[in-house]
Order: sequence, then structure tokens, then C-alpha cells
Amino acid sequence: MQFLGYLISGISLGSVYALIALGYTMVYGIAKMLNFAHGDVIMVGGYMVYFTFCSRGWHPLLAVLFAMAVCTLLGITIERVAYRPLRSAPSLAVLITAIGVSFLLQNSAMLLWKSDPKSFTSIISMDPISIAGGQLSIPAETIVTIVVSVIIMIVLLWFVNKTRIGHAMKAVSEDRGAAQLMGINVNGIISLTFAIGSSLAAVAGALLLSSYPTLVPTTGAMPGIKAFVAAVFGGIGSIPGAFLGGVLLGVIENLSKAYISTQLSDAIVFLVLIIVLLVKPTGLLGKKIAVKV
Amino acid sequence: MGELLRVDNLNVFYGSIHAIKNLSLYVNEGEIVTMIGANGAGKTTTMHTISGLLKSRSGSITYDSHLISKMDAYKIVTLGMAQCPEGRRVFSGLTVHENLELGAYSRKDGRAAVQQDFDMVFELLPRLKERRNQMAGTLSGGEQQMLAMGRALMSKPKMLLLDEPSMGLSPLLVKEIFRTIKRVNENGVTVLLVEQNAKMALNIADRGYVIETGNITMEGKASDLADDPKVKQAYLGGAA
Repeated sequence: MQFLGYLISGISLGSVYALIALGYTMVYGIAKMLNFAHGDVIMVGGYMVYFTFCSRGWHPLLAVLFAMAVCTLLGITIERVAYRPLRSAPSLAVLITAIGVSFLLQNSAMLLWKSDPKSFTSIISMDPISIAGGQLSIPAETIVTIVVSVIIMIVLLWFVNKTRIGHAMKAVSEDRGAAQLMGINVNGIISLTFAIGSSLAAVAGALLLSSYPTLVPTTGAMPGIKAFVAAVFGGIGSIPGAFLGGVLLGVIENLSKAYISTQLSDAIVFLVLIIVLLVKPTGLLGKKIAVKV
Repeated sequence: MGELLRVDNLNVFYGSIHAIKNLSLYVNEGEIVTMIGANGAGKTTTMHTISGLLKSRSGSITYDSHLISKMDAYKIVTLGMAQCPEGRRVFSGLTVHENLELGAYSRKDGRAAVQQDFDMVFELLPRLKERRNQMAGTLSGGEQQMLAMGRALMSKPKMLLLDEPSMGLSPLLVKEIFRTIKRVNENGVTVLLVEQNAKMALNIADRGYVIETGNITMEGKASDLADDPKVKQAYLGGAA
């Protein structure tokens, strides 16, 4: 029964990683770059919810929507100002820029909102759910996180696979030149991808801080790195891969904390990643792209 | 028949390499014009510069009385010019039907008109209809070429740029592709065709250009070019 508890909270933590990993994987798939500033967008989202919901008492849903709007704008701006001028630059230059943006966001947050930890109040005000006749009590945050993530995942898959814009995104991801010849505005599609990824980061921030309520300017860094690992683990570029990778990562992390060692849990997570990549270099659901001539 | 496309003194560079040198050509409405030349002569570079994927350093490109040399590729499509690129470049992770839908991405004339063009493409290229729900990546080379052409036609172009449509196909398929090009042209689409298969290209074209290391070295009626001893020697594999 205890195991079930660890498992469920692992899935919940993993769902947050999955939401962040979706941002990584979509941006990688479409813009062909690793946006290492993505983790810090979570932090900005967290502060936005903190200032509106925790300090001013806005309705939690309104606060999250506000944070999503701010992060969407932030994501589009970052892409426009920092990454777009480097569209044809070597990928190393883009990578270093992304790390620079990450530092910029963290330090701006420190300047604006100070580095003292803010304690976050959960946006979910429901009672814990007890199952199996009260033997196991699961915080509402855990369940809400899982449900919200699954819904977002389904909507996103529907959007990418069934809509015109979604198909345009796939086209840009496969062949940017050919996509332009279809009349697709590649810059527009890349902006949209950053917008989606960043708004999901805001949701992830709100959910993460509801379960782990300490907010500092570096809050986004570690979850960001882990979500990146999750995206690679699941097969970077693949949306279901990001989800699977995120959930598995959360479960492995939580179970190692519970049964092996709290200190070693992160090491175990990364060890699993290394093993997976040795066996399957494209990640769990990563595709090998066959080119037909 | 008015002039639909005019390229004037075009210069294109790859870094410091001067790939296209003072190239000029024109295409009249309703024509099939072909550009023949060896590998690396600059055919594809010229095509990509016309469609906007590459930018020229100097010179001008005018299409349907719009100056398009500085325009983004995705905007040029909306003026009614479609390019079917070298190597087909179909979207392998999408189905045949989805590929064709993307061909109509830039159109704003409504579902019914697009549906009409679906019917037109399926009539022209019946093989695509059979395979409409198949992933484009699983098609054979010839089918992919047909899909690439069908996809370009879905934008309802006034002008179609075709880059090496016969590349890597069996002689039988090459014939089929060229027949299709002829039919597309008869339906009122102006064609600029780049080919290494000079014989077939000159056979269906009205006029032709010979391109060598970024320069137009000969131009004229296709039938005249086909009879020219120098062209025969260099591109038609025959003795002069």
C-alpha cells in the first residue's frame, strides 16, 4: 500500500516533468535547438502565480491563466530577440545563447524579486483523497497534477495530429525549406511553438510549487534539467516520448528516494538515462528517420 | 501571351562562391520553358532563388508584375507560384492526403474550391488516390514524385517550378511524369522545368536555356536547341 503511494506521487512528479519536457521536445523538434532557458520560464510562471494568487488572493484559475499569458509573451520575446537572429548560426552559438538567457532570467528574478525564498500556497484547496479504507491518503495536488497533465497531453496530440496548424508544425519539423514552399510562415510556427511550450511551463510551475512550495529564482533550474533528461529519455522530438520519459523519470526518482537513498536518487535517475541511451540512442520512442532517395 | 516571370541580371553567392552570374531569363504565360545543364551548373540555385528560399545579392525577379526578389518564400506562394523541389521533399511523417492538404495551406478560397483541386489531382495522378491514407515516407520514388507534383498543384498555381522531376526514376516512370507535366501545362499552368534529362525536357518544352557554371550560354526554341550540334554533343549524348 505504501508502494502505491510512492508510485502515485512519482507519477505526479513525473507529470510535471512531462509538461516541462513537452516544451523542450517541441522546440527541439521544430526549431532544432535546445532551449536551456525553458526551466527558468517555470520559475517566472511560479512568481506570477505567487504574486497574483498567494499575495493578492486572485482566483487560482485566473492566476494560472495570467501566468500562462506572461510566460507565453516571455517565450515569444526570448525567441524573437535571442534565438531568431541566430537562425542560421551554428548550433553551438544557439546553445550558448540559451544558457545565457537562462542566467539572465535567474539574475533578473533575483534583482526584481530578491533571493529570499517565498513560501508558496497550494493553488488546490481540496482535501486529500483517501483510498483503500483510509490506509492511503493522497494529496489532492497529486491527483490534480496527473489529471491536468493527461488532459494537456491529449489536447496537444490532437492539435498536432489533427489540425492544419499542427500539420504545418510537423512539416516545419521535417523540412523547413519544403514547408516554406507550401506557404507556411516558418518564423510564425516557431513562435507558436515557443508560446505553447512556455504556457505549459507556467502550468508546470504552478503545479510543481503546489507540491513543493519553496520559490526562489533558481527554482526552475533543476526541474528544467530533469525535464530535459526526460525528453531525451523518451526520445527528443517526440511528444508521447516526452510524456513517457517524464512519468518514468518521476517514478524512478520517487521510488529510489523511498527505497534506496534520498541523496542518491538523482544519481540513479541519470544512471538510468545513461543505460537507456547506451541501449537505444534515440530514446524510448525516438524515431530513426529513414531517408528515401 | 504576356510575360509571367522575368529574371534580370541575377547574382547569387554561397559565401564567397559566385554561383549564379548575371543570369537573365523570362517565361511567358502558358509556356513550358526548360533550363538544362550539368550537375553543379546552378540550376537548383536559380530555382531556389526564384522561389525565395535563397536570396540574390543583386538583380531582380519579377513575377506577375510583383517584384519578388526580396520577398519571403512563403509569401511568394500566395502569388500563385509553386515549386516542386529537387529530391521531392515530401513530408514523410504525414499521409498522402495530409501532404496534399498542406499544398493548399496558403489558399483562402474555401473548402469547396480546395476539394475541386483534390479531385483534379486524383484524376491526374490516380495512384495518389489509392494511397491517400498511406504515410508519404512509405511511397516509392515515383509515387513520391507524383505526390510532390500533386502537392505543388494543390496551391492552385499559375506557374509551376519543377526541379529535376525525373531524377532517379525508371524510363517508364519518366515518360509518365513528362506526360503529366504536359497535361498540367495544357490545363493552363505555366511551367519552368529544370532537367538533366535534356532530351525529354526539350521534347516537351517551347523554349529552352542552357546553363553552364552559373551562366546562360545558349537560349532559343526548344526544337532548335535539340538540333544544335553543341547541345547534342554536351547534353543529348549524340555525336555532332
